Amino acid sequence: MRLTSFIAGACMAALAGAATAETGKVKVGMITTLSGGGAGLGIDVRDGFLLAAKMAGNDSLEIVVEDDQRKPDIAVQLADKMIQSEKVDVLTGIIFSNLAMAVIPAATAQGKFYLSPNAGPSALAGKGCHPNYFNVAWQNDNLHEAAGGYANSAGFKNSFILAPNYPAGQDALTGYKRIYEGDLAGEVFTQLGQTDYAAEIAQIRASGADSVFFFLPGGMGISFLKQYADSGIDLPVVGPAFSFDQGILQAVGEAAMGVKNTSQWNKDLDNEANRLFVETFQAEYGRLPSLYASQGYDTANLLLSAMAKADISDADAFRAALKEADFASTRGDFAFAANNHPIQDIYVREVIKEGDVYTNKIIGTALEDHANVYVDDCKM
Amino acid sequence: MTREGWINAALYAGLLAVPLWAWATDEPFTITLATRVAILALAGVGLNIALGFGGLISLGHAAFFGIGGYAMGILASHAQSYTPLMETPFLIEGTKSMPVIWLVAIAASSLAALVIGALSLRTSGVYFIMITLAFGQMFYFFAISWPAYGGEDGLSIYVRNGFPGVNTLDPIQFFALTFVLLSLALWLSARLAASEFGLALGAARQSPQRVETVGLSPFRLRLTAFVISGAITGLAGALFADLNRFVSPTMFSWQLSGELIVFIILGGVGRLFGPVAGAALFITLEHVLGGLSDYWHVYLGLLLLVVVLFARGGIIGLLAGRRVAHD
Amino acid sequence: MTAILFIEQVLNGLQFGVMLFLMAAGLTLVFGVMGLINLAHGSLYMVGAFAAAAVAGATGSFLLALIAALAAAAAAGAIVELVVIRRLYDRDHLDQVLATFALILIFSEGTRWIFGSFPLFLDIPDYLSGPVTLPGGIQYPLYRLTLIAIGLVIAGGLFWLISCTRLGIRIRAGESDREMIAALGVDISRLYTVVFALGAALAGLAGALVGAIQSVQVGMGEPVLILAFVVIVIGGIGSIKGALVGAILVGLTDTLGGLLLPALFALFMDNSAAQTTGSALASMLIYILMACVLVWKPQGLYGARPA
Repeated sequence: MRLTSFIAGACMAALAGAATAETGKVKVGMITTLSGGGAGLGIDVRDGFLLAAKMAGNDSLEIVVEDDQRKPDIAVQLADKMIQSEKVDVLTGIIFSNLAMAVIPAATAQGKFYLSPNAGPSALAGKGCHPNYFNVAWQNDNLHEAAGGYANSAGFKNSFILAPNYPAGQDALTGYKRIYEGDLAGEVFTQLGQTDYAAEIAQIRASGADSVFFFLPGGMGISFLKQYADSGIDLPVVGPAFSFDQGILQAVGEAAMGVKNTSQWNKDLDNEANRLFVETFQAEYGRLPSLYASQGYDTANLLLSAMAKADISDADAFRAALKEADFASTRGDFAFAANNHPIQDIYVREVIKEGDVYTNKIIGTALEDHANVYVDDCKM
Repeated sequence: MTREGWINAALYAGLLAVPLWAWATDEPFTITLATRVAILALAGVGLNIALGFGGLISLGHAAFFGIGGYAMGILASHAQSYTPLMETPFLIEGTKSMPVIWLVAIAASSLAALVIGALSLRTSGVYFIMITLAFGQMFYFFAISWPAYGGEDGLSIYVRNGFPGVNTLDPIQFFALTFVLLSLALWLSARLAASEFGLALGAARQSPQRVETVGLSPFRLRLTAFVISGAITGLAGALFADLNRFVSPTMFSWQLSGELIVFIILGGVGRLFGPVAGAALFITLEHVLGGLSDYWHVYLGLLLLVVVLFARGGIIGLLAGRRVAHD
Repeated sequence: MTAILFIEQVLNGLQFGVMLFLMAAGLTLVFGVMGLINLAHGSLYMVGAFAAAAVAGATGSFLLALIAALAAAAAAGAIVELVVIRRLYDRDHLDQVLATFALILIFSEGTRWIFGSFPLFLDIPDYLSGPVTLPGGIQYPLYRLTLIAIGLVIAGGLFWLISCTRLGIRIRAGESDREMIAALGVDISRLYTVVFALGAALAGLAGALVGAIQSVQVGMGEPVLILAFVVIVIGGIGSIKGALVGAILVGLTDTLGGLLLPALFALFMDNSAAQTTGSALASMLIYILMACVLVWKPQGLYGARPA
């Protein structure tokens, strides 16, 4: 079992003295993906989270990090370990929705807080919502809805849409169609983990579409974009930020240039908290921060803001303090909707090249103060 | 008692002692780990009947493990949401009762094993390995893309299912349940190996022609072994799902089939307690090596190589010495 | 559905098939000659892709990258054969499965150790990028046409190698009676290393060629490995001809199944449901094909000897 135990600001404890000690201690268990496929995302969330903890220098925050190997059963086992042996107060860190579904309901049922830095499955936003579950990233549909919003404003009338055939993929297409007002030239579900998109690209070519929306996270998106660029089709492409993020863009290369994607964050967002974050992250880790790093960073800052207001032993007060979301988010304005999911602006970004590095720049806002459609289903 | 007998007794006592000690010192997570070992060992005992006794190298046993898991997931999720599985032609309701779930898991996985076995056993050798892999993959892809029961997200069951007279949420009591089932399976497996059926099965592995000349059908012997094997692995799947309170298509993945084989080989092929020793070692390694390095799979791989190349017969073989070779 | 779309999909299936053939050829040779199941064949595919990406990044030349992929995979194959595999020839399949399963773990995590967790960049060279117009007005990527051509040329080369050269004679002799050719003075262990390295080089080449249009990442070999196994089992283990036929059959089934099944279901379902059900079934299709072939012909299409 990976036990990269990290005790934030341990040396500060001596200076701070006994005044704040013991009572305000919060132990955080981070379960995230650090090995195997998808490890890049977990590493970014972890680094963002630890950076915020380090910058705050708060000695009453203790963090235990473990690797779930992207396997649901390992994640459940780690959650049991953290709750039973480590006796953590707060859990966080999970990247993938299927792992989140395995861990979160059981953890919140046992009275623990869960702060999600990435996954936001619809089941946990609607009927399955819980007062102790806070999502600091987005509800899974959000970025797809924003892509639909962008499609409307860009005047797309006939979109071809595709996603892998699994719950997040089905949600993605539903999310896009919820906001998008034009017609569909085609709707295709690909296989999860598929690497060759020649067949789908041929369908796009034959469909007479005027635009393409796709949700293909990880290696699938890299493959699709390279093959799409090589096919000679020049329809505009739009997708959620996941396939255009800092870690992945360099592997896509030229094929991604100019593609529009939707995101609640970008490194050029103009606010004080974000400038500080981007600067410190680069100085600390020597690479540009990604979307996931910003989410990890915001999650830690949300937690720290609640710790400043309430003691974890008083669960009701702590919950109320979390709900206020009184922290300086890297995305600017941030608030929680009634189901503890974010209300935030979602932007349209374009892939550009800065020197040798591919990155994104914000070109507009797709949806303002956007929450999610599941708020009314949530009774708590 | 033979040397292997002593080792088996020590393993059995150890698997019982560790969680009891953890219970006494209030280390509930260690109990959870021991439960995991017991359940995976149970799956291994199931596979061992096909693989060790029958010589049938199945790279698709995750199919039965997953079917058992989904039997639990589907029944419990319907009970959880108070919606019946089906209303016509007759009403079937979900349930949260473990004995019922176990029976369904055993029935469903036996049926699957019967169909898969009947088709796969027409082939042999490498073809058998590959066709069982193919059946496993079919279930895997089906589970991922079938939206009714969560697809890749799987199904979460919020509260562990119940067993009359036992508080299953208490780690030590749930461990006791799995331990009893593992003991039963070990007993069954020992009886089977010593029975006429077991002897005929072993003979069919070594020389199918001879078995045929005495009037027995190797195909039927193997199919029976395959079905019993699938049923036990299916039961383990239902327990595993209850341990995690969660099922997902990863239970069908070919890596899981591979890991089950790893348990058996680590422990010793065809040894009664081989899967127990293998599962215990594997889980321990996962924890010890995982603590040492982020890249612990490299060390696990090296260790497996060493076992295969230099320690044939696995741990039990190493400790108990080579058996007098029958084959 | 138009005829043009259909023809384009047939080409796609063909391209997928010939790349699968490069993988399957090595597997089936190794099995035919040495009687060994090599689960780690997918790792050699990955080694080729990573070597190509590293060299292309350093030199900018795609040709050099391909040569590097061939060399790196062949070298990795030869080393693995010398250190591990040759101890497994007289073991049963169970030991082989487990040992090569262990090799997968070592290769995958080792590669991640060296190259990190993020995918690497490898792109099509400029002179092969973009589409060309085929007779009948079909727009088709030049690179994919090149892949089909390379695959067919290599298939031809392999047939020539097996049937007309001294090495090929030895390989065939090794398949039918290894004691006899050892007795005749052929250095059998060197022959084994050469065959294994040859198979590895083909897998590495496939990894590099396909890596340019897909993503070069850890674990990329495993899905392809399973498909390659399906191919050789359908074709009959040990048969190069079977591997070629099986590869093209699998390529076409997969590509056309993904297109036709959802269209078929759309006749009596609403579109979204047809898409989900159709693609769910399409993802199982090649395994169903394999099960059917084996039930019909337990030794595969061209399998001669019992495995």
